[in-house]
Amino acid sequence: MKKVITTTLMMCSMAASALTPAPAAKPVDQVFINANIHVGNGEVLENAQFAISDGKISRAGYYRMALDGSEIDLKGQHIYPGFILASTNLGLTEVDSVKATIDATETGQLNPNVRALIAYNTDSERIPTMRFNGILLAQTTPSGGLVSGTSSVVQLDAWNWEDAVVKADDGLHINWPAEWSKRFDFSTFTMQLKKDDKYTEKTDQIKALLADARSTGHDNNVKLNAVKPVFSGQKKVFIHTNNPKSIIEAISHIKSMGIDDPVLVTGQAAGSVIEFLQEQQISVIINGTHALPQLSDDSIDERYSLPARLLQAGIQTALTYPGSMSSRNLAFAAGSTVAYGLSTEQALQMITGTAAQILGIDDQYGTLEVGKSATFFISQGDALDMRGNVVEQAYIDGRPVELHTRQQELYERYKEKYDQ
Amino acid sequence: MNTKLKLTAWAVLACSQFAQAAQVPTETVNGNIDQRTPLMALTHATIHVNPDKTLEQATVLIQGDRIVGISEDNQVPDDAQVINYRGLHIYPGFIHLDASTGLPEPDKKPPFSWGGKETINSTKPGAYNNNEAIKASYDAAEHFNTDAKANQKLREAGFTVALSHRKDGIMRGTSVLTHLSDGAPELSIIKSQVAQHYSFDKGSSKQDYPISLMGAAALIRQTWLDADWYARQDVMVDLDLAAINQQQQLPKFITVGNWQQNLLADKIATEFATQFMVRTQGDSYQNLTAVKATGQALIVPLKFPKAPEIHDQLDAWNIDYTDLKKWELAPHNPALLEQQEITFALVPDEGPKALGGFLKDLRTAHEKGLSQRAALAALTETPAQLLGAKDLGAVAEGYLANLVITDGPLLSKGTQIAETWVAGQNHTINGRPDLLSGMYELAMKDHSHQFELKREKGKYKLSPVAEDDPYSYQLTTAGQFAKLTVKSDEKEVKLLGLIKDHAINATDGSGWVISKTSDLDADKQTDPTKDQPTQPVIPSPFTAYGMASIDPSDSVLIQNATVWTNEEQGILQNTDVLVIDGKINKLGQNLQAAHDIKVIDGSELHLTTGIIDEHAHIALLSVNDIAVNSSMVRMEDVVNPHDINIYRNLSGGVTAAQLLHGSANPIGGQSALIKLKWGASHPEDLLIDDAKGFIKFALGENVKRSRSQDSIRYPLTRMGVEQVYRDAFTQARAYEQEWQAFNNLSSRAQKRTTPPRKDLAMEATLEVLNQQRFVSCHSYVQSEINMLMHVAEDFDFRVNTFTHILEGYKVADKMKAHGVGGSTFADWWAYKWEVNYAIPYNAALMNNEGVVTAINSDSAEMSRRLNQEAAKAIKYGGLSETEAWKLVTLNPAKLLHLDDRMGSIAVGKDADLVLWSDHPLSIYAKAEKTLVDGVLYFDREQQADLESMIATEKQRLIDLSKASPGQKAPFKSMPPKTYECESITGYHEFDHMFYTGAQQ
Repeated sequence: MKKVITTTLMMCSMAASALTPAPAAKPVDQVFINANIHVGNGEVLENAQFAISDGKISRAGYYRMALDGSEIDLKGQHIYPGFILASTNLGLTEVDSVKATIDATETGQLNPNVRALIAYNTDSERIPTMRFNGILLAQTTPSGGLVSGTSSVVQLDAWNWEDAVVKADDGLHINWPAEWSKRFDFSTFTMQLKKDDKYTEKTDQIKALLADARSTGHDNNVKLNAVKPVFSGQKKVFIHTNNPKSIIEAISHIKSMGIDDPVLVTGQAAGSVIEFLQEQQISVIINGTHALPQLSDDSIDERYSLPARLLQAGIQTALTYPGSMSSRNLAFAAGSTVAYGLSTEQALQMITGTAAQILGIDDQYGTLEVGKSATFFISQGDALDMRGNVVEQAYIDGRPVELHTRQQELYERYKEKYDQ
Repeated sequence: MNTKLKLTAWAVLACSQFAQAAQVPTETVNGNIDQRTPLMALTHATIHVNPDKTLEQATVLIQGDRIVGISEDNQVPDDAQVINYRGLHIYPGFIHLDASTGLPEPDKKPPFSWGGKETINSTKPGAYNNNEAIKASYDAAEHFNTDAKANQKLREAGFTVALSHRKDGIMRGTSVLTHLSDGAPELSIIKSQVAQHYSFDKGSSKQDYPISLMGAAALIRQTWLDADWYARQDVMVDLDLAAINQQQQLPKFITVGNWQQNLLADKIATEFATQFMVRTQGDSYQNLTAVKATGQALIVPLKFPKAPEIHDQLDAWNIDYTDLKKWELAPHNPALLEQQEITFALVPDEGPKALGGFLKDLRTAHEKGLSQRAALAALTETPAQLLGAKDLGAVAEGYLANLVITDGPLLSKGTQIAETWVAGQNHTINGRPDLLSGMYELAMKDHSHQFELKREKGKYKLSPVAEDDPYSYQLTTAGQFAKLTVKSDEKEVKLLGLIKDHAINATDGSGWVISKTSDLDADKQTDPTKDQPTQPVIPSPFTAYGMASIDPSDSVLIQNATVWTNEEQGILQNTDVLVIDGKINKLGQNLQAAHDIKVIDGSELHLTTGIIDEHAHIALLSVNDIAVNSSMVRMEDVVNPHDINIYRNLSGGVTAAQLLHGSANPIGGQSALIKLKWGASHPEDLLIDDAKGFIKFALGENVKRSRSQDSIRYPLTRMGVEQVYRDAFTQARAYEQEWQAFNNLSSRAQKRTTPPRKDLAMEATLEVLNQQRFVSCHSYVQSEINMLMHVAEDFDFRVNTFTHILEGYKVADKMKAHGVGGSTFADWWAYKWEVNYAIPYNAALMNNEGVVTAINSDSAEMSRRLNQEAAKAIKYGGLSETEAWKLVTLNPAKLLHLDDRMGSIAVGKDADLVLWSDHPLSIYAKAEKTLVDGVLYFDREQQADLESMIATEKQRLIDLSKASPGQKAPFKSMPPKTYECESITGYHEFDHMFYTGAQQ
């Protein structure tokens, strides 16, 4: 069986060269046996059978069926749902320091109508590095301003953005300001927490945008038209803020507008408002698991233990990894939480099943259940650990995905050079 | 103290002999001479002769600007003008050692420009020093003019003389000592060129260098060396260097920005066999041990932050324990200095408000334990001694008649300054009270009234003694007349009387009299030092995790662990490791240890040698300077043992690190190699003994300032970068030859010859050439890596390490041949153009090619999980686990030339050890215990207790702050800085602007 995979890899690699790899055209039908299936909902099916057909999962579990030799034996290996990278600038940013390569932030404060999807660059060199570590889906998301724009969920192996789309225009992203924010004081050359005198003005702008969009009329206003779907549930509201009071104020306001299920994208601040989040039943996406605690007196493990504390309070929690150059470490951010209170499967859920639920793509993605999209990968070992995360093959909607990319090609070129 | 400070005492003759309306002797008088020097007798006063001696009911005799006698029995010469000072206190006039009164305002600091066009040379015209921050030739006396307004404010706080210097620049020139009288400057100046003044702050200088603390330190060193050379050369004139040479005998004062700079000032002074007196920021309490050890005399501002404003529990989310603790402890600072027997003078803090609140702050310090004796000494006797002034600081014969007259004990609440006498001239402040505060009786024919009389802000406040007294009382005065209004619901009586000897007598012959019966009841005010106020706990290091208790014993037996030796024997199961005196003593099974040796059970745990971070910027106060060749700056100068990231790194199993200069320059500063000894009070305690010297080099986008559109600094291309090196090394060789030639001269000839100028940058560069200092070079792309190896080979030395080196994989064979190591990131890329071809297989490829390879962090965050970063080399490139583990332990030890004592678990090596909860390369592993030199500095077992202790203590401070009366400070906090290679400020987003040139 190992042979089968290797052959596939080699075929693909011939086509690879230095270009981003060509997406495979068609879904394949395949049966895998003796796999450890990490379903993505907390369950693990050991030595189980897994089959895909027409881009869907046709079997996942234990079946009594005659084998015909075409099955791939995955003894000792693992199958995982494709990891999901929420709220990312993937496809919108290529080289952080080169402005010409960045399409993440539009000018102005209120840009609900700008759409990440159409700027999502399927040829970004960053994308294949994600796949290589098991990330197969992403929510490509604008940033900046008070209302950054509209995100879309994409799959990470596409010819163009039309092919990539999994859920178009899924979310409206609001950056709720903080009344107190850290600003640089030039006279003392120190960072100080200062009151934002325009806080109310800023929040009023957000509030007015929502209110005006909800009221009738304004059909010829593209900004308001882009906001309207949040009231029908077609588009989710994602609130980005990392300040306890802003969290409370933003969520309270958004809910008062009749939007029941806003998603909070935040960091350490979530830990200060756990009771509120619990009571309001808010879904949370946590970034910065690999970040320093905010204050010198915070627990040294503050960021590692936050996901476990949220989950223990019954809060639906997903993880993400900001700044797409390092986002390929998403699995390791999840892994890092395990020593601080989560089980491996709970940690896994935060980047698979739960992430899919929060993004509203769980009917097809996030878990390995029969009938869902065959978007998964095979790993030699534990995919949350650096030592085990060796992705043998990945599939998106049943199509085998090219893993061998420029970074692997450069590796092999120089390895060969030195081996001679 | 006197021997230590070696002050030159100066004569008192310069002082004016004139008292009233003093005239300048050389002045032309338009009219008649009106010169008077009456003999004044201030009688029956409480005289505080000096901090140790008080005379009750005594007299001071004053003539001209001098005290001409003290009479304990109030006998005065017949010709004296007698004024009764009964009930008043006379103190020596206060001395202000940190003023700038009468001096022009310095130029404003140039607005910080993020990444704009550089200013490489001094913009100051004239034959002055090439660095604009050196203003040694500035003579404050030349610019002094009497500033009556400022004098008035100072006198209101009791100050009578001021030592003023212009607070601008690193070498600020000399100060002037002046009377705070309002006479002509010719008479106000007591002495010019009193002392030299320094700081680490370049002030208004528009020149870029130095932008860092270690740069300022290097500039001081170089300038002093230049002054030595200057004295022997005749090719140029530099008025600042000339001034430094002229001022050699003067005492030196330095203004520091924090206690760490106290230590830096001490370090530099020791190197040059001199001593600074140090104007602090009132923060010595944060590290008393180290500050005391400097032996420095301190000039200490009363600088007490207001209680932090915390609106509610959610606001506390933003408030750091350290800020709360500073608020709690700052008022204790003077008392703590007294306890430690540190010599100190007190001064008001900068800013107009500080002076107005000075007496109040002084009383606060007193309430927190500063004794009356010490308070008085710090304002009078000590500053006089520090100045070497023989006629200041006491009320004694022959001394200047500088006096502070108060209507009660100085430190009692409500006491006011009545008069401030400066050089025999009386300046009224609140005025002498005609009536003293106390309990009074109005005796009338048939009845009497009792009331309490208090003087507040020049007015009298009367309140009845008896609670059921139906009357209210009001007293106003006009000259010697007093008008008392006695009022009840039914009637109102107005009495007019004449004040004499603190009593009021009727003017209408009706015989009523108001007289004092006793002192105020409130004068029960006891000396608070008697019932010692409780001293809050001072965490050390001064941060929440400074409360961790660390057992200093450095012998321990670790039993039954899985031991990763990094030696030939590989991984040993169920093995004991015995540590004696900080060294690994034995490995084996069933080891026995003396009964007093601590035993740690290592079953189920993995024991490894500590992680060594080849590229770190933790525990530093500053990271980058900007000179193209910054090799004269030393990171050792700016090591901060109180950085919380030391503790956080211990929690990730890191035990040692190279603290590197940043990457703003082709030739950067000298590294500091440290061990992470949490709790050390002095930076020196962190430095690794006998470590070799290292230096940072940098190539590529940062040094050519690619992200700054307006940069003019050479080099702007990689081509220029090469030439910077070739030039520097060529010059360094020439410099060496020049010195060799000079050293080869006979001692006679040497005396006749100007020696070469000692250049600290050339010295360090030369050390590189001579393989006495090893290069760790920030680098990314193959062309530049190749280039530097060629340059090094041409100059006959080897590059030690390429750090970051993300394209090392492309030239690993060449690196191997050159003999350089590679210290890289596990998987960083795409953050800038030059890392576009970075691949995560880099470490494995270099390692497999035989290059000594390490994985570093360059980040206080990532360094906590370097074990995970090392494990990525298994995923990317398939290194074996033992090889991967060496990437963060033995290999960095080799790169730092420390592998003879660190990097593996072997007998005789340093016991830098980590016990892991799991396989150390696993994402699930936690460092359970971290030992450095055998001492257990981090113990996760204690973590829960420690965190709950911190939470309790923080809540106590929050409650205290909420309950504290008075004004609250605006919500403000200082989050800890974190440095990376590119840091200027330590705040990431702003540093980013520096490099991009973006404006806020």
